Amino acid sequence: MSIEIKNLSHIYSQGSPFESIALDDISAVIDKGSFIGLIGHTGSGKSTFIQHLNVLLKPTMGQIFIDGIDINDKSTKVKSIRQKVGLVFQYPEHQLFEETVEKDVAFGPENLGLGDAEIKKRVKDALTMVGLDYDKIKDKSPFELSGGQMRRVAIAGVLAMKPSILILDEPTAGLDPRGRDDILNVISELHRREKITVILVSHSMEDIAKHVEKIMVMFDGKIKIFDTPQNVFSQVDLLENIGLAVPQVTYLMRKLKEIDPLIDQNIYTVQQAKEEIIRMMRRRKDA
Amino acid sequence: MEKMIEFKNVGYIYEKHEGAETVAIDGVSFSVRKGEFIGIIGHNGSGKSTLSKLINAILFPTSGDIWVAGINTKDHSRIWDIRQSAGMVFQNPDNQLVATMVEEEVAFGPENLGIDPKEIRKRVDEALKTVEMGEYKNKKPHQLSGGQKQRIAIAGILAMKPKCIILDEPTAMLDPAGRKEVIETIKRLNREENITILHITHYMDEVVDADRIIVMDEGKIAMEGTPREVLCQVEKLKDLRLDVPQITELAYSLQKEEIDFGCGVLTVEEMVDRLCQ
Amino acid sequence: MLKDVTIGQYYPTNSFIHKLDPRTKIHFTFLYIIALFTIDNFYGYLAAFALLMGITLVSKIPVGYILRGIKGLVFIILITVLINLFMTPGTPKFEIWRLTITEEGLEIAAFMALRLIFLVTGTSIMTLTTSPIALTDGIEYSLRSIPGVKKYAHELAMMMTIALRFIPTLMEETDRIMKAQKARGADLESGNLVQRAKNLIPILVPLFVSAFRRADELAIAMEARCYRGGHDRTRLNELKYNKRDVYAYFVILGMMVAIFATRWL
Repeated sequence: MSIEIKNLSHIYSQGSPFESIALDDISAVIDKGSFIGLIGHTGSGKSTFIQHLNVLLKPTMGQIFIDGIDINDKSTKVKSIRQKVGLVFQYPEHQLFEETVEKDVAFGPENLGLGDAEIKKRVKDALTMVGLDYDKIKDKSPFELSGGQMRRVAIAGVLAMKPSILILDEPTAGLDPRGRDDILNVISELHRREKITVILVSHSMEDIAKHVEKIMVMFDGKIKIFDTPQNVFSQVDLLENIGLAVPQVTYLMRKLKEIDPLIDQNIYTVQQAKEEIIRMMRRRKDA
Repeated sequence: MEKMIEFKNVGYIYEKHEGAETVAIDGVSFSVRKGEFIGIIGHNGSGKSTLSKLINAILFPTSGDIWVAGINTKDHSRIWDIRQSAGMVFQNPDNQLVATMVEEEVAFGPENLGIDPKEIRKRVDEALKTVEMGEYKNKKPHQLSGGQKQRIAIAGILAMKPKCIILDEPTAMLDPAGRKEVIETIKRLNREENITILHITHYMDEVVDADRIIVMDEGKIAMEGTPREVLCQVEKLKDLRLDVPQITELAYSLQKEEIDFGCGVLTVEEMVDRLCQ
Repeated sequence: MLKDVTIGQYYPTNSFIHKLDPRTKIHFTFLYIIALFTIDNFYGYLAAFALLMGITLVSKIPVGYILRGIKGLVFIILITVLINLFMTPGTPKFEIWRLTITEEGLEIAAFMALRLIFLVTGTSIMTLTTSPIALTDGIEYSLRSIPGVKKYAHELAMMMTIALRFIPTLMEETDRIMKAQKARGADLESGNLVQRAKNLIPILVPLFVSAFRRADELAIAMEARCYRGGHDRTRLNELKYNKRDVYAYFVILGMMVAIFATRWL
């Protein structure tokens, strides 16, 4: 399912003294089945952008096509877009409301008007996908779960709608390292197995570097860079200028390059850095 | 050195529902000297939040004793002295601000202590200056960013003239810019005002400069020592599924490849130095 | 909808009225309401009108802005007028179908409508010229001087402050929850009244849960900062009467007497 964004702009409170441009003429194509990381500091327009993909906000100007369909066209059913594009908000556990986990996860599928058997199956699948034991958890109240579990139930609530595009706004915010790794692994696994398109909004360059295939960098309502992690993290100065950082190992490799010019500085994971340093040590030994 | 906080065999057990008891803190002993910067690391549910509430006399130990600035927290008559000398900053910036205006927010603590209005004014202005938020004194809290809100919360504590500040995951809900603001502020307070800091966090990289790190697991102290001593034990940290800064992890994995340059590399500069020796 | 209610909204300008001590304005509003109920003829309303116009001009708030406050109350005013129009016994004037309108009814209905409009306008002027913080302080200080209520004055003011502090936070939260549920296919706009009420459950439940969580955390944070009620508590900004308040009290009292005196016209 490809997403095509054409000259999209969004202006809040247009015409009032509080007018502010949140998105400024952005265009991009997101390929079907890709794993995109969306980065940018607070207020760069990330939230406004992802809410457009789910028709929660309408463009002031421009168009968005999902699989060739203009999602803001009058003839397009909003519900069908929201089924295709699953959106997981920040702190999604704050939207849980039902008496039991099963009922809460079923909320989305019910809104789609599916049959009981299908709903039950989807709830079970979704809870299994996020690594929870369906039989053990289905009758529990979502409010008696741990923070990490609540978040997984909330994500399952979106997955149960079987979206082909999944957008997650800082899904690991406020979790401990264990909870964070669990959630990121679930997302990676989903992307790998179900081939769904994933857009992951995150502040953690390390997490982004570890998981995504392409990075979209937003600043001041515009897309500054949209490229592979390698090409994005090589632009350290640009990233720092717009209030972002690169992974710690990238800084290390840049420092090392000043000493050993043969070093490849376009490195952003621990694994890559390790291999490069071993190469460097070998070169030294040989010399 | 003067002891700021002392825990002696502290246990805390609470009743979840109908008789089911949960042990949150289990036989914990440690002490903190005046002016120290302590990092407390641990998972959710490891007991680190309970620990902070015990220090502030919001909770009381079910066994053992805690002294804060020499006062036993069980001494109910001096509870306000304890809370005044050991201030707390919480995780959610929105849920700890009381007033509708920044300067009134900072004044809240001193007002509760019954301090003279003139003195409050002085303290509020000083505290706001210390956290570099002076020009925001007439703003409303909801007009501020997360990092700014946390700095206001810190100013609110400073205005009470505490000896020690306990920060319970103050950066968990902030973006990287906000995290940096808060960390820099508390480091400065420790350095310049000699305020004892207990910084509770998930992020190991926030406490690599601490004097000491305490790692909590299942209500017990799992590890304790200088950042270097703790980060030398990468294997143990991984078993506890805690984070290790990328650099430390890299050094550790290189060590496994038998490239030896000692353990506990904490910063990029250190790594460069050791690699180029 | 919510935007039309002007009571409780603040319109900042730096007028004489804005600078008055909140207590002056609260006491004045109180006296003004009493005076309104003593009016028994048209001249009284004329005097009240002159007073309102005068204050509005001094406050530099656009008249249209104040009148917006009445818009939200049209329905209540209309019902009051209709009830008085048809239910007052007396000399019949018109007859519509089986309902009789009396002369007395006409008069009472007109007075009632005027009284309500004057009441709402007068109170909105107070809230428009007084920031919520000042208003809360004013209420606290005013209540403190009433024996019996004194001990609740601080609690009440603290409740108001916290409410004011959390309104923007909870509004944002509501917006976020609504969007999150819409993203899960929730339909908030269609259906009959019962259906619509049901549709609100997925929004109200999380909102209440979050409000309770916030209250809980706030209470702990307040305790940790040595909050123990109003006893022995001092304030950063103590309210102090100014010279201009003295002038205002004289002017106000004069005008109140004038309104009251219209009874003998």
